[in-house]
Amino acid sequence: MIVTILDVAIAGLLLGGLYALIAMGLSLQYGVARVLNVAHGEFIMLGALLTWTFYTVFHINPLVSIVICGPITFILGFIIHRTLLKSLLKSSASTAIFESNSVLAAFGLFFIIQNIALDLWGPEIRGYSYLIFPVNIGGALFGANRLVTLGFALGIGVAFYVFLSRSRIGKAIRAAAQDPTTAGLMGVNINLVLALCFGLGAALAGVAGVLISMSYPVHGVMGLEYTVIAIIVVVLGGLGSIPGSFIGGFVLGVIGSIVAYFEPGLALVAYYVIFIILLMVRPTGIMGK
Amino acid sequence: MQNLIIVINVLSLVYSGWFIDWLLAPERKRRLLITGILLLILVILAALPFYGSAYSVILVASIIMYVVLTVSWTIFSGSTGYISLAPAAFFGVGIYTSAILGKEFPLFTIVLFGGLTSFCLATLVGALTLRLKGIYFTIFTFGLVLLIYQALLWYEIKFTGTRGRFVVVIDNETIYYVMLAIFVVLLIIAYFIRRSKYGLALRSIGEYEEAAAHMGINVTALKITVFAISAFFMGTAGAIMATKWTYIDPGIAFNPLFSFMPVLMAIFGGTGQFYGPILGAAIFAYLEETLLTRFPYYYMLIFGIILIVAILYMPQGLVGLIQKIQRRISRSERAHT
Repeated sequence: MIVTILDVAIAGLLLGGLYALIAMGLSLQYGVARVLNVAHGEFIMLGALLTWTFYTVFHINPLVSIVICGPITFILGFIIHRTLLKSLLKSSASTAIFESNSVLAAFGLFFIIQNIALDLWGPEIRGYSYLIFPVNIGGALFGANRLVTLGFALGIGVAFYVFLSRSRIGKAIRAAAQDPTTAGLMGVNINLVLALCFGLGAALAGVAGVLISMSYPVHGVMGLEYTVIAIIVVVLGGLGSIPGSFIGGFVLGVIGSIVAYFEPGLALVAYYVIFIILLMVRPTGIMGK
Repeated sequence: MQNLIIVINVLSLVYSGWFIDWLLAPERKRRLLITGILLLILVILAALPFYGSAYSVILVASIIMYVVLTVSWTIFSGSTGYISLAPAAFFGVGIYTSAILGKEFPLFTIVLFGGLTSFCLATLVGALTLRLKGIYFTIFTFGLVLLIYQALLWYEIKFTGTRGRFVVVIDNETIYYVMLAIFVVLLIIAYFIRRSKYGLALRSIGEYEEAAAHMGINVTALKITVFAISAFFMGTAGAIMATKWTYIDPGIAFNPLFSFMPVLMAIFGGTGQFYGPILGAAIFAYLEETLLTRFPYYYMLIFGIILIVAILYMPQGLVGLIQKIQRRISRSERAHT
């Protein structure tokens, strides 16, 4: 009995770490750049498929791929914001209009990135084995790859929090999140900060993709599922709150693990039900103001 | 020859919207003549099975399906500015109603039931969520599609043991006529909504909701009613299209693409006028028919690029572009005289 509870709880934490990592990126993109990036999962997919290619073709260690895929997705996100989203920001009359326009633009990005990837990699489901030996935690067995994922998620989450609260750029980002106009008047290069945030969000997605590819099958249409989970976690934690997303990720992971224990087919249904109830009862989320 | 027939029929669809816009404009005269032209267009469309090939009937039926989805999306979202990503949910509910009732009831009842089920779902959803503003509403409606999909998939596998269902097959001509009838009823209802005080109220909600509420408009009731009416038509379209596909499963019925397509088609065409969404739907439905089977990835890729270009450079859609060109031409004509 106790072993079962421990089993479910740890499985939930492992899942939650991944969700937290995915959601932090989206939270940064929405909270600061005001883009609800529905193409978020496509950056995850890119990270995962690139890692798969690096591992199977060039025999590059997936952990090394983090250092490659992170910058690639960062640059991609940065360029997308500098070109597409910046001109959209300029042509939108208000923040509300920019938000709904950017969601639609992100849907466009979603189709573009997904179909380029499908054209390059094909529709096959792929996977590789790396660090799959079991680790015993209090009688329950878990794959080492999942523990590594959790470790990275925690590490990146903490590092990110320190970056935002301590560094100069982090302060500029937080200022831009609160009030972009005033932050601009105080000498923050607002366009650069927004592009940086979008790029960082994409980089977090790319890194999450690398970690996902170590434990789960990867394929061209995997992105949407993760996007939806990220959106649910972000709403759960409060739109725009990065600590909220971090905590929300673990909450959702544990809930998912509990539901999956009783009825595996209902885990995703449970997420949507939580999401829908949350939107109706408390749309500002756990940490929202 | 067959291509010409298809083009004529597609143009008929677009022009039916264009003439309805004409009827709606306050200063236009010759209403009787325009109504006559609209009836003529209806005759051209209705006679298609007699002079067109079997393929053209199937193609135009699927174009009308997208037109119905897009126009019914525009009735609600175009005027209020609430971007709904729920079309796939209502369309899918129609499909499943048809699959469940198909063996026992006549076609007319099935289609009506498909619409009514969607209507009820939309009333419920609308009552719960239309308090949500902007982006929250958009996310919620999209979540709804995925929720129904996952729940249904789980139910089908757990309780019926199979993933999909077979639907009673109906011949293509009947599908075409039912689709056309839905289109005609939709246009008539959309026309009366737009012309009535409710149409004006809807647009004032889109402009400034708080002000509309202060003017004495029952904002919530109006939003829910129109949302449900638009869902009704999506449901009927789903119910009849199910009979064309013969086999359905939750993945086919609740494909999120059926949410994105109407939105893109409406935005690409322009939501300000009736013929905008019809034009957008006709162009994309035709492109889909010709490109999707041969270059599936490129089709979706182009779809994404056009979506972004439309948002960036054509905020009023194709209609806005056409009007801009017209204005420039008329200005240069005036300059010459």
